[in-house]
Amino acid sequence: MAELVAYIVAGLATGAIYALAAIGFTLVWQTSQTINFAQGEYVMLPAILILAGVAFLGLPIWAAAVLGAALFVVVFGLGFKLAVVDPMIRHGVLPLAIATMALAIIMKESAKDFFSSEAQTFPSPFPAGAVDVLGVSLSLQHIAIIAVAFVAIGALQWFVTATRTGRQMQATAQNPGVALILGIPVARMVMLTFAINAGLAVLASVLISPIYLAKFSNGDVIGLFAFIAAIVGGFNQVRGALAGGLIVGVVDSLAAAYISSSYRLAVPLVLLVVIILVKPEGLFGRREERRV
Amino acid sequence: MSETAAPPVPAKASGLGGGLLGRLDGVLLTLLAGAAVLWFLPVGMGRYGTYVLTLWLVTAIAVMGLNLTLGIAGLKSLAQGAFMGIGAYITAILGTKLGIDWYTCFALSGLACFALGLLLGFPALRVKAHYLAFVTLAFSTLVWLVLRNEQWLTGGTFGISNIARPTLFGLRTDGALAFHRFVVVVTLILALALWWLVRSPWGRAFLALRENPIRAASLGIDIRAYTLLAFAIGSAYGGFAGALYAPLVEFIDPTPFALSASFMLLLMVVAGGSGYQLGPFLGALLAVALPEWLRFTGGLYLIVFGIVVLLLLIVCPTGILGLLDRGWASLKARFVTADGSRP
Repeated sequence: MAELVAYIVAGLATGAIYALAAIGFTLVWQTSQTINFAQGEYVMLPAILILAGVAFLGLPIWAAAVLGAALFVVVFGLGFKLAVVDPMIRHGVLPLAIATMALAIIMKESAKDFFSSEAQTFPSPFPAGAVDVLGVSLSLQHIAIIAVAFVAIGALQWFVTATRTGRQMQATAQNPGVALILGIPVARMVMLTFAINAGLAVLASVLISPIYLAKFSNGDVIGLFAFIAAIVGGFNQVRGALAGGLIVGVVDSLAAAYISSSYRLAVPLVLLVVIILVKPEGLFGRREERRV
Repeated sequence: MSETAAPPVPAKASGLGGGLLGRLDGVLLTLLAGAAVLWFLPVGMGRYGTYVLTLWLVTAIAVMGLNLTLGIAGLKSLAQGAFMGIGAYITAILGTKLGIDWYTCFALSGLACFALGLLLGFPALRVKAHYLAFVTLAFSTLVWLVLRNEQWLTGGTFGISNIARPTLFGLRTDGALAFHRFVVVVTLILALALWWLVRSPWGRAFLALRENPIRAASLGIDIRAYTLLAFAIGSAYGGFAGALYAPLVEFIDPTPFALSASFMLLLMVVAGGSGYQLGPFLGALLAVALPEWLRFTGGLYLIVFGIVVLLLLIVCPTGILGLLDRGWASLKARFVTADGSRP
């Protein structure tokens, strides 16, 4: 029983991180109908950039983190929007989706060739150790990750629903055409979405790298799980992506513990296919109108 | 399907060839001439050069299938690499363990992938078009897991070795050149079959679907049946490519059939020119030959490849053939107006 609870908490911790990646993915999807196939690499790269700042520039870790995060948001949030999405979006979603696949290759191979092909340890921002809760030993790190992710998602949710800019962002996501007529600066809102996506990716990267180690190939699994989380929860809202992330995290953790470690990846995939067949709009999604 | 960048419709003859050669079918002529050139090309190239050429053609077959799925029917499939893997493993397992001849293995590989394509496509198309991308993504990963974990059948990470090459009328194709020529013939047959298919009433139905699914439906075309058929035939080509890949490399393991392989094949379709019948050959050439040309960059070739594809897509989302086609059209327009022979 204690074991089961520990597995669930570990699953919730990684699930909360998948949720951060999935939320960014759905935000970008909503505002620009872009499927970002580089989403996993978006979570992989910030940790590598931070370690590179320490290794090559000799910065202390906190300074490297600030610099790496800022650089990442500018280049892969705003730069991605300006240099890749803008020139391609008018040609349809397919070339853009393919372009993000090419971007994923570039990010992954650059991390491997210019930094390291070995897994690197990444310092945890939280203390090690465990606490005893009603006879169950829970990792402090896992609890801290869950707390940080929930605070971040809560803040995002508050920003989107309670502030003027956030509501403008929501209007843009729901219908850019109408939003434009209403005088909302749509282009700036879309930019903001891409910046938030990059910011969430940085946070996810810092949270997950102490557990998974920083490695160029991390994006494969994280990207896959973020997609599954987004579809399971429902494409069209933050709440859905959060629930999807937590479900996928827990399912993965339990599958690894109780089913088979060589087929652990298969369990979330089966979940994905079942959701697509049974409730294609996702567990928490609204059914979208069929557009002609 | 309006979200895909629409490649031109090969009405009489597609784009470039049609313009250059008038009434003759440029695609057909290019295929026949290309096969003749490729028959003799490896002479003096050595074993490795011949191997790269053959690998190009085998890859092109898989890309051709995906081009039918994506470029003609407008479906995003992320499973072509997995279908190639299934074909390669069926051929390898039946050939090495049961001693079944290559031709039967080839047919079974295509048939199995056709059937799997129907099985995958049926539920995915029941919901919404872009879900096929995710279902095929899941399928690719599952196939890779099975190939890696079911050691009793696939050899796991140790793979399967000693895959025999086929014989033709009693002639063995063990040598690099003999096998290359064998692949040239098979590629030509498969390319001609697709060429015929696109011009047949079936092909016109596929095109009608891509251009305007609702009008196609109102004309009495069963959208789901045709979409499914395009996907299944495209998948079968993946299986055919795998059945040739296994004897080409003579040793297979799960690595070349991972999800990234499916991504790469999709890149090749778009880079070559999605919907153009000769596009797959260009796309596959880019992916197979570029690493050879970029050998001097050491391990950086994948980065360079990614950058080339990204720039190509930004400059010209319709691929290399789309770019040539556009260039040719504007050149012709200028020439014709200067000449004054046409309004």
